[in-house]
Amino acid sequence: MLEILGYYNYWVFALVLMIGFYAVVARGNLIKKLLGLSMLQSAVFLMYITLSKVEGATAPILQKGVEDQIYSNPLPQVLILTAIVVGVSTTALGLAIVVRIKEAYGTIEEQDILKASGP
Amino acid sequence: MIIVFAVFLLTLLVLTAVAVVRTENLFVAVMLMAIFSLLMATNFFILDAADVALTEAAVGAGVTTVIFLGALALTAEQEKPIVSGRWLPLAVVSVTVLVIIYASFDQPRLGDPGAPAHQHVAPWYLEKTAEFIDIPNIVTAVLASYRGYDTLGEVFVVFAACIGVLFLLSVPPVKPQKSKSSDNSSGLRHHLIPQVVGRLLVPFIFLFGLYVQFHGEYGPGGGFQAGAIIATGIILYALLEGEAAALNAIPKSVLMAMVCGGAMLYGMVGVAGMILGGNFLDYSVLHSDPVIGQQMGIILIEAGVGITVCGALLSIFHAFAERD
Amino acid sequence: MNITPHLPALQVVVPILSAPIVLLLRPKGMAWAMTTVTSLMAFCIAIAIVSGVQQGQVFNYLMGSWSAPYGIELSIDSFSAIILLVVTGASALVLIGARRSIDAQIESHRQPFFYAAWLLVLSGLAGIVVTGDAFNIFVFMEISSLASYVLIAGGPDRRALPAVFKYLIMGTIGATFYLIGIGLIYIMTGTLNLADMEVRIHEVADQSPVLLAAGFITIGLALKAAVFPLHLWLPNAYTYAPHVVTAFLAACATKVALYVLIRFDFFVFQQNLSGHDLQFSYFMIPLALLAALVASSMALFERNLKCLLAYSSVAQIGYIVLGASLVTVAGLTASIVHIFNHALAKGALFLAVACLAIRLSSTQLTDIAGVARRMPWTMAAFVLAGLSLIGVPGTAGFISKWYLITAVLAKGAWGIALVFIIVISSLLAVVYIWKVIEQAYFREPQQANGAVREAPLELLAVTWVAVLANIYFGFYPAIPVSLSSAAAELLLGQMPQ
Repeated sequence: MLEILGYYNYWVFALVLMIGFYAVVARGNLIKKLLGLSMLQSAVFLMYITLSKVEGATAPILQKGVEDQIYSNPLPQVLILTAIVVGVSTTALGLAIVVRIKEAYGTIEEQDILKASGP
Repeated sequence: MIIVFAVFLLTLLVLTAVAVVRTENLFVAVMLMAIFSLLMATNFFILDAADVALTEAAVGAGVTTVIFLGALALTAEQEKPIVSGRWLPLAVVSVTVLVIIYASFDQPRLGDPGAPAHQHVAPWYLEKTAEFIDIPNIVTAVLASYRGYDTLGEVFVVFAACIGVLFLLSVPPVKPQKSKSSDNSSGLRHHLIPQVVGRLLVPFIFLFGLYVQFHGEYGPGGGFQAGAIIATGIILYALLEGEAAALNAIPKSVLMAMVCGGAMLYGMVGVAGMILGGNFLDYSVLHSDPVIGQQMGIILIEAGVGITVCGALLSIFHAFAERD
Repeated sequence: MNITPHLPALQVVVPILSAPIVLLLRPKGMAWAMTTVTSLMAFCIAIAIVSGVQQGQVFNYLMGSWSAPYGIELSIDSFSAIILLVVTGASALVLIGARRSIDAQIESHRQPFFYAAWLLVLSGLAGIVVTGDAFNIFVFMEISSLASYVLIAGGPDRRALPAVFKYLIMGTIGATFYLIGIGLIYIMTGTLNLADMEVRIHEVADQSPVLLAAGFITIGLALKAAVFPLHLWLPNAYTYAPHVVTAFLAACATKVALYVLIRFDFFVFQQNLSGHDLQFSYFMIPLALLAALVASSMALFERNLKCLLAYSSVAQIGYIVLGASLVTVAGLTASIVHIFNHALAKGALFLAVACLAIRLSSTQLTDIAGVARRMPWTMAAFVLAGLSLIGVPGTAGFISKWYLITAVLAKGAWGIALVFIIVISSLLAVVYIWKVIEQAYFREPQQANGAVREAPLELLAVTWVAVLANIYFGFYPAIPVSLSSAAAELLLGQMPQ
């Protein structure tokens, strides 16, 4: 059973990654692009956490007096803690830029900005 | 049973993602994105990543949503419908999905304890932490000590984002301000129920934040989560009592000092290691007993992380909220 | 306490811990002074490291004293050393002359943020170069990227904002792809340490996740490095950034991404994936050639001086990639020497543009008509740096062109065709540099330019330091060439012949 879930997790990663990527590339609204970007990053988080799972294990917090307990892999979890914070930082900076674009151009649609910028 | 639940959650995740992309109302999209993050957090929990789940819930669903809403208030709520068909991106995207799925068949299966990833470095952490650092939460041990340099970098990523947002939004707004009625700036003061419920909640959020901060060595939690949770509490306070009241409680100069001070605290613990004869970020030399030194170091740098993250998130929130 | 063993850590720690302090310095000019002093210290540390490396010293540093694959290891070889020299040197030199240009473009109450971001870019780039850990590269890449978005967004033109947004989107996609690649490699090897990875990847080479990882990492880093055709963010970002920021970033930001790309493709993949060298060559050589031709032609039609030079950068990145994609020691040496020399030439050119811009308040070609009479020193610097960009003998640019052509000719018959394309691209460079010279020297000055004076002394001085460096390294190329060839041999050393 876990095998199916393994593939399924991985395919969901691929799908969400590409849904996010599609939103970034194909949508013209800048906020939509940023939403897509955070989705893209979340997908990668899912991939890392999936690979940290060990069958029959628990979260990597040592339990006193329990012998032979298996723990999941802590390293990918640490990496993703870092990556989540990187993600929110990028989003915040991106949104600040969008706010300034709105003030400077009066729009947050890519097409209209291109028109306003001229050739 | 748990597997059926996991499959259900993952399916829901994909559907939410599609909905986020399809909806043209950005407010709805942001709300769906918050749901997406919560689903993601639940998934992380199922996969034994308690720390990550807590962070994703606090940062992904909480703080990110608030910042998005702040930006929406300043920009637009409705997306323009797309005019031309976008077949090329769709084709590229589909091909990439197929390639990734193809590659998935060569991977070690999920949860295989014999996978290389679980054989090489990770067992060392699980085995040696009790001896070197002696704290139960291995994630905290790796985050704060073994890979403490990454975490220092991450604190500076938050720092960079904070000064970036402040730098960008320190330009006075170009358009003449619409005259805002005063009730807007006084938050939800006139609404009784959110007021009462909120007031009751805020102290508990703080308490929970502090618990997460100081309990990080034993259970899920640590500086990042605590910083994000406390920041959320103060943001809630700001929404209830108005921007001005929140800024009165913690002025901007204090926030700035928090952002810089937390990062400096972290860096100085590292430099102290150097001066006392170890390498940078070597906490063992902080105390005559290396294990206690490690624990001291971890508590100090986690405090630095918490202070910086809390200050940075609040500064970012105020920068957006003020422009309104 | 003995400083020497701590040098790799100090290279990052000194600038990164100065950033919060700079932010709190309110008195006018203090932020600049502190940033410049810090940057000079970083440069001194880099010089100490380079001289150590040249004496055969190996710098390995265990962060937190945890041994290698468990903790994060910093490791510096000759390849990292030469890039460190470029990054810290560019930052220090530009900062010394930058003050008045920044005063003119950034309001004084915003300057502490700006300088703090500058230090973060510097420490981020240095952090990428010194580290020996794949995930640590990602973290410092994000520091440097986020901070460089901030610097670019400081440009006073409103078009800087969409430009930086595009950079943010493409940069983040690049970083995320890199992260996916690292994750896939981690699944297969269980390690994040580059040296360890190189050993362990051997057992699992040629399995599809590793190949996919190679693809994601190469594309992600190519996005960051603006390798053609993923360069779309670069021209506008460089054009609308504050002038001194362009000089700094053009000299080193994309070079560091190229550094990581080369390190991964040679150090980790090349020796272990069968046929990776051929795939890399067949994939990269056409792109590199297209970059050299298409971007150079784009530069011909640009009306904005900074945009013209930005397209020229895309073309020069093409040369760097071309050298690397030959997968020979000679080619790689040429490539690394060119990273160094192009940083010198482009840094000097953008500094000269900053000199022009501070007096003319414009970088449009039509506005510099006849300016050589008013600003003879600036334009003389521009001409000399331009000659180095083209690759005229006696300049640094000649050295790298010479190494590149020698390396290409060693490839036999089709090497001659490649040389032909390099020559055409260089001729295009002659044309676009000439276009600027013609405007500045042989056109009648515009009425409005009457009061234009020579640029401020300190900015002119650093421009000339950069120009003289171009000439010095044109005659005495020993330092970059010895470091580069050592680096190339190191990168290809264990490769089965």
